[in-house]
Formats: sequence, C-alpha cells, structure tokens
Amino acid sequence: MDRRDFLKLSGAVGATLMGAEAKAAQSDPDAPEFLGVLVDTTRCIGCRSCEVACGTENSMLVPDVANDGALDNLRTTDEKQWTVVNKFDTSKGDVFVKRQCMHCWQPACTAACLTNAMAKTELGPVTWDGDKCMGCRFCMLSCPFDVPKFEYDSWNPKIQKCSLCHQRTSVGGTPACVEACPTDAIMFGNKRDLMEIARTRIYNHPDDYVHKIYGEYEAGGTGWLYLSAVPFEEIGFRTDLGTTPYPEFTKDFLYSVPLVLLGAPALLAGLSQMSGSSDEDDESEVHGE
Amino acid sequence: MNNSDTSPMNKTGNKLPGLFSFLLSQLKPRGSMFTVFNMISIPVMLAGVVILYIRFTQGLGATTNLSQANPWGIWIGFDVVTGVAFAGGAYIVTFAVYIMKMDKFHPIVRATVLNGFLAYMFYAGALVFDLGRPWNVINPIIGNSFGYNSVLFLVAWHFMLYMLAELIEFSPAIMEWLGWKRARRIAKGLTLAAVIFGVSLSTLHQSGLGALFLMAKPKIHPLWYSEFLPVLFLVSSVFSGISMVILESSISHKVFKMQLGPDSHRKLDEIIIGLARGAALALFVYYFFKALIFVHDGQWALINDGWGLWYLLEIIGFVLVPMVLYAYGARHRAVGIIKIAAGMSLVGILLNRLNISVIAFNWNVADVYVPHWAEIVVTLTVVFAEIWLFRFIVHRMPVLREPGKIGSPNRERELRSLN
Ligand code: SF4
Ligand code: SF4
Repeated sequence: MDRRDFLKLSGAVGATLMGAEAKAAQSDPDAPEFLGVLVDTTRCIGCRSCEVACGTENSMLVPDVANDGALDNLRTTDEKQWTVVNKFDTSKGDVFVKRQCMHCWQPACTAACLTNAMAKTELGPVTWDGDKCMGCRFCMLSCPFDVPKFEYDSWNPKIQKCSLCHQRTSVGGTPACVEACPTDAIMFGNKRDLMEIARTRIYNHPDDYVHKIYGEYEAGGTGWLYLSAVPFEEIGFRTDLGTTPYPEFTKDFLYSVPLVLLGAPALLAGLSQMSGSSDEDDESEVHGE
Repeated sequence: MNNSDTSPMNKTGNKLPGLFSFLLSQLKPRGSMFTVFNMISIPVMLAGVVILYIRFTQGLGATTNLSQANPWGIWIGFDVVTGVAFAGGAYIVTFAVYIMKMDKFHPIVRATVLNGFLAYMFYAGALVFDLGRPWNVINPIIGNSFGYNSVLFLVAWHFMLYMLAELIEFSPAIMEWLGWKRARRIAKGLTLAAVIFGVSLSTLHQSGLGALFLMAKPKIHPLWYSEFLPVLFLVSSVFSGISMVILESSISHKVFKMQLGPDSHRKLDEIIIGLARGAALALFVYYFFKALIFVHDGQWALINDGWGLWYLLEIIGFVLVPMVLYAYGARHRAVGIIKIAAGMSLVGILLNRLNISVIAFNWNVADVYVPHWAEIVVTLTVVFAEIWLFRFIVHRMPVLREPGKIGSPNRERELRSLN
C-alpha cells in the first residue's frame, strides 16, 4: 500500500468516524454549474459605477467617484468597500481592474472556518453569517486572495466581503455591480457559459488578449474569471498561487486525525502494559488516618 | 485507606460549612507580599485589565496593531502558538512516567502537569481576547455549527479535551488538599486512562497548530513554509516541552526550597540529566527533518539575503548549538550547560513560532506588523497571572513536597479545629 492509498483509506475511516465526509466540490458532470462573473478588463473604462452600485445595494460606503481621486492609488477592498477598481499603467496603456471576492470553487475561507459562518451556498456565492462567526480571522489568514476584511474599530466587528449579492442572485437576480456596468465589462452567468464566452473572445481576437483566463484554474478555479490584454502580473494578480484547491493542503492532516485518535491510545495502552506495573505506592501518599 | 472510611459524600455533606471556611482560610496570602516579582507583576496586571476593558468596548483596533494584511499578532503567535509548544512538557513527562514507567521522573510529574494545565488554561484561554465575536465561541462547542473540515475546529476541541485530561491527572493533589480520600482514590484510578487520552490528544493538537498555517502557503516565506509543518511542530514540541520542564523545575526548586526534602537537589540533577538526553535526541530528529526539507526543496538560493541569514540564525544558533550543548551536558553531567541549552532551545522555539505566525508571515507585503505596547502588556498579564495561580497552588496543595510531610494531616487538624 503506498502513501496515497493509505491516505485514501484513512480518509474513508475518518469520514465514517466523524460522520461527515470532507465534502469536496469535485467536478461531478451532473452538478449544477456554479454562478460566476466574467470580467473583461479590455472593456473596463474605470467609471467605478460598480463601486457605487455595490455600496448602495449592500449598505456599505458609497464612494464620491467624481471627487475622491481614488484611481491615483492602488487600493484593496476593505471593511467599508467590498469591491474596488484600480488603474494600472501597463505596456498597453492604462488598464482598469475591478477586484472583489473570487468566490472560489473550493474556498480556503470556508475550509478554515470552524463555525461554518463562511459557507459556499449551493449556487456558488460564498457568504458570511454573523450569528455563527466568532471573529477568529482564520478565514483572512487562509484566503489566497486576501479578501475577507475585519472591522477592527468595532466592539461588535463583522467580516466584510462580497457576497455576490446573495440576496439578489439567490432569487434569480443579477449582482448590483453587473447591472450598473455601462460597457458590459462584467457579465454574470454560470461558469461553463462564461468560460465559453471568454474562449470565444480570445479565439476571435487573438491579438487583443493574452491567452489565459485568470480564474479558470487558479487556487482550484474561481467563480470570477478575468480576461486581459497584458500579462496578469502587470495588473496586480498573483500568478504563483498554483492550481490546487487550498483545502487540499490540510486534507492529509485532517484524515490522519481519526487514525491517530484510534491508533495512539491502543498503542499507548499496549506500551504501558509491556513496561510493567509501576512500583508507585498508592496508599503511602495518603496520611492523616 | 480501609473500609472503616465513611463515604466522601456523607463526610463532605456534614462538613460543608467547615469546607467553606477551610477554603476561605486558604485564600490568605502565604509569605510576604512585597517581593520583586509582586512589585513588577501587580502594576502590569492592573494595566492589562484596563487594556482589556478598552479592547472589549472599542474593538481590537484600539489596543492592537493588527491590520487587514496581518490578522494574527502576538496574542495568537506568542500566547497560543508558542505557549502551547512550551507547555508540551506535560505530555512528555506523563508519557515517560505512566506509560514507560520511568519512575525516576516521578518527583516532577505533578508540578509539570499543573504547569501544563495552567498554561493551557491561560495561554489557550487568551485566545478569547483575540476573538472579534467571543460570544459566539460556544457555536463550535455546543454543536449547532460544526466546521469539521477546519483545522482550527480540531485544535480548539483538542485543547478543551486535553485540559480535562490534565485536570484529571492533577486531581489527586486537589483531593489530598481537601482531604477527600475516597475521591482521591477514584481520581488516582483514572490517571492512566487520562494520560493515554492526553498524550494522544497532544500529538494531534501540537501538530494541528502547524497545520493551521498550511493554507497560508502564498504568505509565509518559503524557508519557513513546508507541507510538513505539522510534523515539525510535533517534533519541536518535544524538546520545547522538555526544555521548559528543566528551567521551570530548577526555578521551582529554588523558590519553594522549604517544601523539599534534603536530597531533592541531587535527585533533581539526575532528572535533568535524563531529560537532557531526550531533548538532545528530539533536537537531532528535528534538525535532520529541517535539513531534509531544505535539501529536498532546493532552498540554497534562498539563503543569500537577510531572510536567509535570519533562518540560519534560528537553525544553527538555536537548534544545532543547543543540541550539541544538551548532548555534551548529558554526557559530562554538566547541569549548568544543560540549563543554558534549555534556554537556547526555548529561544529557538520562540523564533520559529513567531517567524511562521508573525515575522516571516506576509514577508512580501509592505504592511509590516509590529506589536502594539498594549499587546505586550496583555501578554505579560497572562504570563504573570499563570505564575500567580501556580504559586498559589504550590503553596497549598501537595505538588512539590514529599507527600506526608505537610498536607493532609494539617488539613485534618484545620478541619477539626474549625468545627
Ligand atoms: S477569494 Fe478568498 S474569501 Fe473569496 S471565496 Fe476564495 S478563499 Fe473565500
Ligand atoms: S472569522 Fe468568522 S468567518 Fe472567519 S473563520 Fe473565523 S469564525 Fe469563520
């Protein structure tokens, strides 16, 4: 039995013991396709209508787009804004990139969460539940895209991140940002359709795009997909995240837990038998009779 | 103990008022309050309480330098991750004494278990200060929301179960203090089971602390990240725990001299030499793993910059050197050298755990985390509070002293005089 088989076996034992199979959102051909969004950065004009729409829809900060000059600095999403647009000075001129939670296929944040507060819904959006979250911030530590943000200045802090407008998409609606985009730079749909559209665009305009769809495989694949005219490193994306779904990194350890819990006590009991009985005199330690 | 004993229930039932005044009488401080330790620790602890009040009313941002890029600071990196490695001694010593029946280590077993229990209670307990929404801490405990797939879930549960195991291991001392003989015998009978359970849990949560960082792969400097972090954490918890036991028992033997028998000093030296052998071996295994990973991952190119030097300092200065010192000390029965080795190993553990959780974490990000002074005060508060409780217990319960010298007879007498 080699290591893989051994791990598989222990995994099966583990799953039975713990009553919960480590639920992998593996590619089951019949499974419904998760929802996602395709961002074509060649179409984005940097108007930031999506930021305004997101803030309004989700009662977060609504930026003063005309006056805040925010495009002059590189920003990250924060505890006040779930999405931001950045301007990059690239070999092909200015490129605008909208960022938000990637809604991973197999998210690190949900695998990290010990209360299931962070959870992947059936349709695909990854959402946060304040009644469950205990604020440990392990989701922040684990997310490869550094997405979840924490309200450090509140006694009752929330984790803030894009929910793919769960309140709208769960009833068949469209995310607020997608609806607000004047140039169709962002398109909402399921991943299979979006991948097809993205591939078609690259096929029809091979000189306008790098031949890569960011999000197809990154960190095991994400719900949000990006097209770009320049290499993705130039527009602020990490290309060293690998294609392994992040929960895989802890799977070996989690599988070994039930094995150790079963095996170690037996081993220790055996050892203590073998090493004979201790000459520790129980009664001699009690006095005052 | 013989059959003429009345049952503990009746006994305690009749003497409850007596028990109460006994406990009250035990609260009186023993010895002078004006020691150097008290003079330092009391103001720090008072400041810590004020800071915690601010932290719980105004949020973590008011008293910490945590940020969106650095979600975990020293309250996790030192208090929990390092503190639990330091507390590994309890599972090592109970394994040696109760499983391997190495009776030589018996005299230190109670103090070590007490220390381990208190360390978990305070250091793992300090996790609550760091939780943004601590009122929801019951969710993963009472089971309305189990995140089975979370490493943190397993670590949290193993912490709690392990504390229970250690409490059972220590409980005979509590029963002796209270003079509950029958209860003591029951507790004593549970010891082996508690030890077996406790050692198993320890291997899992010591390695689990390493597994916490497995998903932070893109954020930790490659010299410190490895898919074998769980194994490295487990092996290093062995020498970390042993080193702490060596230092802690040396200090206790000085501070609590009056409780110890005449030849306890010589016995302690024997124990320390035995522990040093174990530590040298564990350090060797750890160093070997580290070297294997280094060669296997082809990390030569990484040691040319400041991070590389910092890494070499940790591995050579605080793993290899203490390993040699331990081996030398054990061989030549040089207890002084062993104590130096113990101190250096602990520095090595501190460096390693802080590197992974804080220093080499987000090494590639501009936003550098340096702890706020208030974070340090709270950390010291936790450490001092643990030492206070440890001292309180050692002064009252039979932890270090030879059983029978002081202890139950006094208790019986006190009870009698109170009634
Ligand atoms: S990008 Fe981060 S927060 Fe969003 S689903 Fe993936 S792991 Fe979770
Ligand atoms: S901070 Fe909340 S959502 Fe994030 S891992 Fe912890 S409990 Fe889960």
